[in-house]
Amino acid sequence: MEIPSGPDLYTKMVKKSAVKTEKKFDVRTHILVPKHIKMTPEEMEELMKQFNIDKKQLPKIKRTDPALEGMSVEKGDIIKIVRKSPTVGESFFYRVVVA
Amino acid sequence: MVKSVYEEYNILPQKLIDEVRDEATANKLKTDEIRKVLERVKNAFDSSQVNPGESIGIVTAESIGEPGTQMTLNVFHFAGVAEVAVTLGLPRLIELLDARKEPSTPKIEVYLQKDISKDAAAVKKVAVSIKQTKLGELVEEFTINMTQFRVEVYLDKKKMRDFGISENFVSKVIEDTLKNASVKINRDFITIKPKAEQFELKELYQLREKCRELHVKGVKGIKQVLPVKRDNEFIVICVGNSLEGVLDIEGVDCRKTVTNDIFKTEAVLGIEAARQAIINEAIEVIENQGLDIDIRHIMLLADVMTSAGSIKGITRSGITGEKESVLARASFETPIKHIINATLKGEEDKLNSVIENVMLNQEIPVGTGLPSLIAKMRGNLK
Repeated sequence: MEIPSGPDLYTKMVKKSAVKTEKKFDVRTHILVPKHIKMTPEEMEELMKQFNIDKKQLPKIKRTDPALEGMSVEKGDIIKIVRKSPTVGESFFYRVVVA
Repeated sequence: MVKSVYEEYNILPQKLIDEVRDEATANKLKTDEIRKVLERVKNAFDSSQVNPGESIGIVTAESIGEPGTQMTLNVFHFAGVAEVAVTLGLPRLIELLDARKEPSTPKIEVYLQKDISKDAAAVKKVAVSIKQTKLGELVEEFTINMTQFRVEVYLDKKKMRDFGISENFVSKVIEDTLKNASVKINRDFITIKPKAEQFELKELYQLREKCRELHVKGVKGIKQVLPVKRDNEFIVICVGNSLEGVLDIEGVDCRKTVTNDIFKTEAVLGIEAARQAIINEAIEVIENQGLDIDIRHIMLLADVMTSAGSIKGITRSGITGEKESVLARASFETPIKHIINATLKGEEDKLNSVIENVMLNQEIPVGTGLPSLIAKMRGNLK
């Protein structure tokens, strides 16, 4: 049988995907992912005061969470999450980074 | 000037203010009229807020539980014509809230980039490139040549053309995956021979079976693809849950593609996306059953399930199992186990929550039972 010459559709595709893996898509652009903002120590202090709470009472987020990729976060940082809510438009949520 | 009126009421949610503003401009209201409207909106808003100490968890449980009894218990049902069968109704809701690791019918809805999504032929091409293809599907016949001690693979040329795969490509894939076999292209077939000098006939049979299951191309685990028209554009519905694999395919709109597997969503997109996915999936089930549950209940539920940083189901190994109180855990499932374990460890119950106080016939820290009196004593009491 004669072997078709030249790269076919799928060898091309394999090559393309090989290039693409280097430039992974940005998770933060996905419709399910709300905005994650790292809070400054002052803002964190203010938040604790406002709600009269301790850091460990906050909901948690893992340091390895895909949505935190590219942000330099440490254990104990607080992430402010700006959610699009169908009931109030925009709502804020806070998560503390855990290991 | 008008702007300042709205700013006076900035404790209201932005959405309410926007609604008032739209109505006000439509009806050409004057500034003091707007103020009157906003005042009434604020009153309504204040009175509809949840009181401190209100046991919203119980309200949520009842609000979801009661309509749940109305659901069709077991639905063997196709969602729409010519779509993929998906678990719906109560079984799906239970699966969601229990946070089962794998949904019984994993599904990915692949949205495509704008230039492709309108063109049926291009959509089909992408769909084919997503579907996993095993060697067994491309082959007319696998034969074992006893005299030469080799497996001969006769490829189906028509199918090869449909899938756009060349013989070269197949032989390369076989060579890459089967490390201990040598591959050669002949006139009509591809031969595969074990590299080892000495081998048994049994190994040839094993080799043949291995070839049948060999992954040639596409995304691993995507068993079925189906291009479907939805709102003027084509999307591809995939059976399987390999979200990360699908997102790597050329032509896929990575921003909109979603899966119904909440654990996969968590792994690829993070915990916040998983929360949103739980809400979306639950709403889909509820709406599909023609029920009406307020979204706030579902939001609360999703918040609770994701508050630990990973998804926890409402099961004894999930949220309920992490309760601090021994009695609270025992009251849910397998009471004897929990009590025995607590005894062995010498656990303490601080009686901080509801259920353990109900058991002991005490005031529960909910609603009016929540606040307690704190008095500052001046001087010594005698």
